[in-house]
Amino acid sequence: MIRHRRYFVPTMLAFGFAFLYVPILSMIVYSFNNSRLVTVWDSAHSPTLKWYTLLFQNAQIMSAARLSLGIATLNACISVVLGTLAGLALVRFGRFKGRTLLGAMTAAPLVMPEIITGLSMLMLFVAMERLIGWPAGRGITTITIAHVTFSMAYVTVIIQSRLANFDESLEEAAMDLGARPHIVFFRITLPLIMPAIVSGWLLSFTLSWDDVVISQFAAGPSSTTLPMVIFSKVRLGVSPDVNALATLMVLIVACGVVASAFWVRASERRRAREMQLVNP
Amino acid sequence: MLWLLLFFMVPFILVFGISFTQAQLSIPPYSPLWEWVDHRVLALRVHLSNYAFLATDALYISSYLYSLKVAAVSTFWCLLLGYPMAYGIARAAPATRSLLLMLVILPFWTSFLLRVYAWIGLLKNNGVINNILMSLGVIHQPIVMMQTDFAVYIGIVYSYLPFMILPLYANLEKHDRTLLEAAADLGARPWKAFMRVTLPLSLPGIIAGALLVFIPAVGEYVIPSLLGRSDQLMIGRVLSDEFFENRDWPVASAVAIAMLLLLVIPIVIFQRQQGREMAHK
Repeated sequence: MIRHRRYFVPTMLAFGFAFLYVPILSMIVYSFNNSRLVTVWDSAHSPTLKWYTLLFQNAQIMSAARLSLGIATLNACISVVLGTLAGLALVRFGRFKGRTLLGAMTAAPLVMPEIITGLSMLMLFVAMERLIGWPAGRGITTITIAHVTFSMAYVTVIIQSRLANFDESLEEAAMDLGARPHIVFFRITLPLIMPAIVSGWLLSFTLSWDDVVISQFAAGPSSTTLPMVIFSKVRLGVSPDVNALATLMVLIVACGVVASAFWVRASERRRAREMQLVNP
Repeated sequence: MLWLLLFFMVPFILVFGISFTQAQLSIPPYSPLWEWVDHRVLALRVHLSNYAFLATDALYISSYLYSLKVAAVSTFWCLLLGYPMAYGIARAAPATRSLLLMLVILPFWTSFLLRVYAWIGLLKNNGVINNILMSLGVIHQPIVMMQTDFAVYIGIVYSYLPFMILPLYANLEKHDRTLLEAAADLGARPWKAFMRVTLPLSLPGIIAGALLVFIPAVGEYVIPSLLGRSDQLMIGRVLSDEFFENRDWPVASAVAIAMLLLLVIPIVIFQRQQGREMAHK
């Protein structure tokens, strides 16, 4: 029986990871394939970088990518600020009026089907335009607002869990030493929750960079984000330049995640060292 | 706070309102919900016709049922695959554990759309899986996998697997291993100890993971439109068709409200549980 278990769990792990990674790997491999038929390996002319060159010459994809990059960056910056504030309010201010409401509202976008969020955002934009004339038309502004609404919920959750195991005596010590509240916040609180803020920023960035459904509702005719371009291309069938694009995106993300993991680990180690210096 | 109030609560109220209106050819394409009659009396014009339409039209009912079925089946498979994985990760040595966790999270950071797209290349009639099987001589006719329920299940399980593994892992990691040792000392076989000790203790993780998969899966739009059947739509697809193609905003809103009603119970359970977890900390 014990032997069974010893084999069962690793097998499932291996199977699960294969399930997670085989599709990505096959996509990467076929991005170097010369044939137009994506899944037929043309061994005479492969590997080739043909699709990568075609990709960079595709003006539609490139401009969509620039637009997405801009929206994702803006979205990540706004969501981090708002999400951090909401997280602080939820953890620190105790039982204030509307706490339950705020808590429920930050958790709701996490589980709400995207399509409902998208539809309701659009209804709001249309109604607002009729009432106060802003936002005029739909485009970058409306996409960003829609993205911030759901990404800040993720940031709030991350900040909340970080603050939950936060040693408040550090802040108290700083205040005993005569630091003003805003100094305490910037010198003590902010650096300590920095890893959470960074991962929140990265998460909001990718969420926005990825989103199709909500963008589709919030976008105007002139603003097409990269995922929207990909989605409409993919619906028509498989195309090799999407493989190339996917490979590039996977590589960038993998580098980013690995780098940030190292950064978080390094800063955590530094903190542990400093803590040891303080109370050996 | 204000942001969420403005951009999250208000939109829902709006959708709720619009779901009671009637479609008309104007900008915006729905009839006003209230009007000033003789500039004095505020008249509410509530149309329940959209809901009546939803409840009687077989298309909507069948797509609701189909969405629930797809979500339930996918959640089940997610659990079946995710539980052993989370268990394995939680029992691994600490150094391997963080590496394995990163491997689980990594696909989540890459584009969801592209990961679904990757499956098209694998599942197509002349796709990778069929090519390999045919060249090995296992099959002679390609197996039709695209545009089937199977493809949708694969897509959903694949996309939401991290959402299942992470809550399960967070739960399993906290378990006190001495409990299992105690069970073994008392003569329980490993399987029995697992069923009687580990499984009941991990129930909160199972519920959290299952809901995190089930709720978004019901409203899933991208996966079924890329991988799924064209003769049986999921409700997310119906909603967007009503909205973008028929431009019938009231019916689309009613579809959304009905979907929310379906999901209200799971969402409330989920929030209750999150609240309890927070309180424990």
